Amino acid sequence: MRKILIVGATSTIAEQTARCFVASGDALFLTGRNEARLKAIADDLKVRGASNVATQVMDADDLSAHAPMIDAAEAALGGLDTVLVAYGTLPDQQACAADPAAAVAAWHTNAVSVVALLTDIANRFERQGHGTIAAISSVAGDRGRASNYVYGSAKAGLNAFMDGLRHRLFKAGVQVVTIRPGMVDTPMTADFDKGPLFASPEKVGGDIHKAIEKGTAVCYTPGFWRLIMTIITALPRAIFHRTGL
Amino acid sequence: MSASSHPSWGRYPASRPAQVQRPGARPSALPATDTPVLAYGNGRSYGDSCLNNDGTLLDMGSLDRFIAFDPATGVIECEAGVLLADILELVVPQGWFLPVTPGTQFVSVGGAIANDVHGKNHHMAGTFGCHVRELELLRSDGSTLVCTPDYNAEWFAATVGGLGLTGLLTRATIALKRIEGPHMDVDTLRFSNLDEFFQLSAASDRDYEYTVAWVDCSARGANLGRGWFMRANHKPALGQQPDPRKRGGPTFPFVTPVSMINPLTLRPLNTLYFRRKFKPRSRDTQHYQPYFYPLDGIKHWNRAYGPNGFLQYQCVVPHADARDAVAELLERIAAAGAGSFLSVLKVFGDVQSPGLMSFPRPGVTLALDFPNRGRETFELLEALDDVVRAAGGAVYPAKDARMSAAAFSEYFPNLERFKTFVDPAFSSNFWRRVTDPHNDGKSKVRK
Ligand SMILES: Cc1cc2nc3c(=O)[nH]c(=O)nc-3n(C[C@H](O)[C@H](O)[C@H](O)COP(=O)(O)OP(=O)(O)OC[C@H]3O[C@@H](n4cnc5c(N)ncnc54)[C@H](O)[C@@H]3O)c2cc1C
Ligand SMILES: NC(=O)c1ccc[n+]([C@@H]2O[C@H](COP(=O)([O-])OP(=O)(O)OC[C@H]3O[C@@H](n4cnc5c(N)ncnc54)[C@H](OP(=O)(O)O)[C@@H]3O)[C@@H](O)[C@H]2O)c1
Repeated sequence: MRKILIVGATSTIAEQTARCFVASGDALFLTGRNEARLKAIADDLKVRGASNVATQVMDADDLSAHAPMIDAAEAALGGLDTVLVAYGTLPDQQACAADPAAAVAAWHTNAVSVVALLTDIANRFERQGHGTIAAISSVAGDRGRASNYVYGSAKAGLNAFMDGLRHRLFKAGVQVVTIRPGMVDTPMTADFDKGPLFASPEKVGGDIHKAIEKGTAVCYTPGFWRLIMTIITALPRAIFHRTGL
Repeated sequence: MSASSHPSWGRYPASRPAQVQRPGARPSALPATDTPVLAYGNGRSYGDSCLNNDGTLLDMGSLDRFIAFDPATGVIECEAGVLLADILELVVPQGWFLPVTPGTQFVSVGGAIANDVHGKNHHMAGTFGCHVRELELLRSDGSTLVCTPDYNAEWFAATVGGLGLTGLLTRATIALKRIEGPHMDVDTLRFSNLDEFFQLSAASDRDYEYTVAWVDCSARGANLGRGWFMRANHKPALGQQPDPRKRGGPTFPFVTPVSMINPLTLRPLNTLYFRRKFKPRSRDTQHYQPYFYPLDGIKHWNRAYGPNGFLQYQCVVPHADARDAVAELLERIAAAGAGSFLSVLKVFGDVQSPGLMSFPRPGVTLALDFPNRGRETFELLEALDDVVRAAGGAVYPAKDARMSAAAFSEYFPNLERFKTFVDPAFSSNFWRRVTDPHNDGKSKVRK
């Protein structure tokens, strides 16, 4: 049985992952910005068999709220051994290109606040000598593209940060799991036309659960994205710049 | 979101909503749009009752959370987009079962209420709506109505079987039924004509909770109405047994270029099925999944009907003329060489549904699929309607894509009263069609 903190638990992908955790009998501490939705999710997980689910409202952009929240999670579950950072925003690229403040805000949520959180968690897990740290990044972090490079670069920063963290925590026996989903049918992509490349949040949630169970270092979900991104990152610039990616 | 991703099960008519919205959390108000609104459950209605072309579809798939379940009393509360399959997965291991289930488990609670669905136990348990304890309805005037059979009872009655037109169902509370284990005790008997079907039904409906018959819709003359009668009860616990089939199973991969069910394949398929067993009677134990949901074994089997889709026809005729009316219906279908492989006959009981517009009523119900072959199919179904109307019966809106406005108002005598409960912001393809006085059931023949 794991003792899991989910930050951004109202994310559609995180909710599906939480259902898998419950099926494995894990205990959960859920945080998010919206109290009513946290409660609805916690009620659902209880009906699905969760014996221990607690919630707390927190805006992850508020860095000073992180440490007290982690303390509360440890108190509620009697310690922690797994963290899943799931929140994120997909900013409007046009707005980010036009307005430095918008670009920085996107970085704050998708990179800076996650770095702050993971640093605190990493120190705690290193001290206790075990644990799994997982965060949802994105295939968008594999190569900056005109259509979403502010979001993508924040995720790229997160990827490199987690690579380093994994290296550092290897000796401590702490696992670091970077999750790189492709396109997923969630509210984040509500305005997109859904083609065959879109995956369901159930599929992605299930893959995340498996990656955490196995301690997979870098998990592409669905798996075929590993191949797609290998090709995209290998494209010579001369060709890449002509694409509409 | 692309519109073609929200078809009806018959894939006729085409689905072309102006927009699709998906509420992430249980909404407290309806979205503001200037087009008519309709909830889309899981698209398991065959015809056009879940379609809203040029309007706004609210995809309820994301409202799939349980709210409360008491394993001591079997009362479950959930959001309206929860699928019956999800409920079964949760409650069967705890000794509970759906009080009523249709022939697929992939329908949402909202859809089950809006069509007041029935199952093989109608003669004992009535409809799904008979087991709804409470529901919550969002109206476009901003109000939220909590309805029970006793409180806001008129709204409750209008919403059960209300075709999704009285407002948005956000959550519901349902009383489940106790079972000892997941297995069924199934008795299968061959019958060689309609009279034998009626005899078997009369002899079985008291001792068997579930009864239904498959009929060979290609047989005529002395063989008219031959088939297999299946009667079953829940079985006492058997101890640990493997689940034969989870939700996996193969998927029918694509829409075939022509219907696989056509005049060439129809008779051999039916005859083969009729002759599938050598013994005229067999008794066996089945897990509830293959027993209740044989068609769920192949996902998207509806694609086998090809690009024009298909129509399902389900009617009920009152007891008085049932024998003759069913014979006449089967004869017309066989003479036309139409129909398909999935033809079902069942005697409904007299448990009264609370729903104003509920379809099931005492009598005999016949359901079958027709590949869409354009005018010829529509004319046949219109001719079947003549038989049903003459017998004082009704046609099931959940399966309909073509009935005339006049037929609809005959089939549903509470229609005028029901209209006073319809939310002015809501509409559907079905509703526009059956309230269009110019719709004579024939003029709209189109592929
Ligand atoms: C293989 C198969 C077997 C079947 N067997 C049976 C059977 O034995 N008995 C039977 O009765 N039916 C049967 N059906 C039909 C099916 O049970 C009904 O059409 C059911 O209503 C489909 O539910 P859905 O969730 O897919 O809803 P949809 O088909 O998407 O919608 C149906 C109606 O419900 C409304 N609705 C859905 N959700 C809401 C909501 N939240 N608020 C308000 N309105 C809502 C829609 O607006 C629409 O009017 C069968 C269908 C299939 C495909
Ligand atoms: N969907 C995709 O195609 C896709 C692809 C690759 C990666 N991802 C990543 O997957 C993760 C989950 O996204 P999703 O697809 O599940 O979308 P989602 O359902 O929209 O979830 C995003 C969640 O992030 C929360 N959030 C945003 N800012 C926050 C903040 N400052 N503090 C706390 N919570 C905050 C949102 O909370 P509110 O409800 O309060 O707004 C929401 O619950 C994200 O990191 C995203 O970048 C998604």
